Amino acid sequence: MGTIVLKDVQKRFGDVTIIPNANLAIENGEFVVFVGPSGCGKSTLLRLIAGLEDVSAGEIIIDGSNAAQLPPAKRGLSMVFQSYALYPHMSVRNNIAFGLKMAGQPKAEIDAKVAKAAQVLNLADYLDRKPRQLSGGQRQRVAIGRAIVRQPKAFLFDEPLSNLDAALRVNMRIEIMQLHKSLGATMIYVTHDQVEAMTMADRIVVLNKGNIEQVGSPLELYNRPDSLFVAGFIGSPKMNFLTGEAATKHQAHTIGVRPEHIALSDRAGEWEGTIALAEHLGADTFLHIDAGRHGRLTVRAAGEYHLGPGSKIWLTPEKGRIHRFDDKGRAIR
Amino acid sequence: MARAVSVRRRTIATAAAWLIGFLIFFPILWTIITSFKTELEAFSTPPKFLFFEWTTENYGIVQERSNYLRFVSNSLILSIGSTLVALLFAIPAAWAMAFAPAKRTKDLLMWMLSTKMMPPVGALIPVYLIFRDMGLLDSRGGLIAVLFLMNLPIIVWMLYTYFKEIPGEILEAARMDGASLWKELVYVLAPMAVPGIASTLLLNVILAWNEAFWTLNLTTSAAAPLTAFIASYSSPEGLFWAKLSAASTMAIAPILVLGWFAQKQLVRGLTFGAVK
Repeated sequence: MGTIVLKDVQKRFGDVTIIPNANLAIENGEFVVFVGPSGCGKSTLLRLIAGLEDVSAGEIIIDGSNAAQLPPAKRGLSMVFQSYALYPHMSVRNNIAFGLKMAGQPKAEIDAKVAKAAQVLNLADYLDRKPRQLSGGQRQRVAIGRAIVRQPKAFLFDEPLSNLDAALRVNMRIEIMQLHKSLGATMIYVTHDQVEAMTMADRIVVLNKGNIEQVGSPLELYNRPDSLFVAGFIGSPKMNFLTGEAATKHQAHTIGVRPEHIALSDRAGEWEGTIALAEHLGADTFLHIDAGRHGRLTVRAAGEYHLGPGSKIWLTPEKGRIHRFDDKGRAIR
Repeated sequence: MARAVSVRRRTIATAAAWLIGFLIFFPILWTIITSFKTELEAFSTPPKFLFFEWTTENYGIVQERSNYLRFVSNSLILSIGSTLVALLFAIPAAWAMAFAPAKRTKDLLMWMLSTKMMPPVGALIPVYLIFRDMGLLDSRGGLIAVLFLMNLPIIVWMLYTYFKEIPGEILEAARMDGASLWKELVYVLAPMAVPGIASTLLLNVILAWNEAFWTLNLTTSAAAPLTAFIASYSSPEGLFWAKLSAASTMAIAPILVLGWFAQKQLVRGLTFGAVK
């Protein structure tokens, strides 16, 4: 079992408040991603759950009992660190076995569990190597192996893929998702990469300046962002924001339209503009359009678009895909 | 041609290095050579370098006159003892400063080091009086205390720089893996810090071994280490260069041997973190 509930969790370092007040309930078996820009407090929140930082106030309830004052070892959680944090002086085998040894499990049982984890993670041939003799991806797998053998209540991942190159990152992302499926364990995953958040999460927790901005499934956040911040953070390329006359027309302070929800025409439309730049991705083309008083807007066109930089163009936002926000940046529904 | 220049440069650099090395080593070499001369030859002009009657009589006389082994054992007890006591305090201190730094940790480190900038003679009279009143004069315990306190800043600094090199996340990983503070220290930190602790220990044994100011001023006989043994041969009544040299050679021999075997470890320790 692995339910984790945060109740009025606060964290201050001296006079600096990192987490003003966080409330969150994580279900057993859920894959929850904490996402936000750097400095938003996502790693701190994870470390509070892990017990590597002490809460200033509030409760962290793991499986029904308050663990806020327990040391990390007593919380029954495993963590995978950004730097992998393998023990450099131990072989892969001992790295994976360390937690089990600390728990005082019998040697035969440890050997069996290590062998099984090594097989799952394709590490069987590397068990007697030292971490420095492994590639980045293999080290990452050892770190994951170390986490899974302990059969924790929940897994905590702190930006585990940010040290890997792009191709490997995609592979590891899939491996972690498969691991989640096969183990069915609760996982909390911290990243600043919204693509990782969208693709992996059951639910995403968007953090901004230590506050939980919104919690929801990837598509909920995409379709119904609660705030300008979430609207701007989720989705790539970023949502376009318009103020002034275009917004007042929709009784809002600001309106937002995603690049994929704008129709293009070379004859007529709601807003007029000039193509400044075209990014060709093959499957899509991202057009950066100077739209006069509306500013620079990004529009996604499927496939190759027939007009290039310098061409006049008209834009029309899709009905029902316009997000409205008040002057405080909250969504108007 | 570039290659020819680099070969010449390297030859010159090598020669220069040997020359400088020889200059530094020369006083020790001269002491060793002098220890095999007769007193008369020891201060002959011009000095005789190699061609003289080699004799070991000085060693015999020094052995007869003073109890070399007692001085050696005092030196061993003082240098190793003071270093071990210092490590006992320095490891937790450096640990705390490296892994749980506070706002003023850097200032604290600077302040500790600044105590080394005062000439020790400035503290001699108060320390002497305290030792006299507490009955610590000429006692090993008292000297261990002085030597330990004297070298503590350097030991803390060295260990601190070592511990700083160890990523905190590895210790956190151990904590997540269920290691208690004690197990974290024994199974994770210590194995990673052993080279650092070892070279700190070595360097401080050497520093304490060679320390002459306090050992000479606070001892007479019972706790006197090898520095006092050497000093006892530089008397105002006459020059005994050869015997003094023999005594010096005997005093530095053990630490020279130790240093020779440990030089790799020492160099690594002193340049730790510089190349990475």
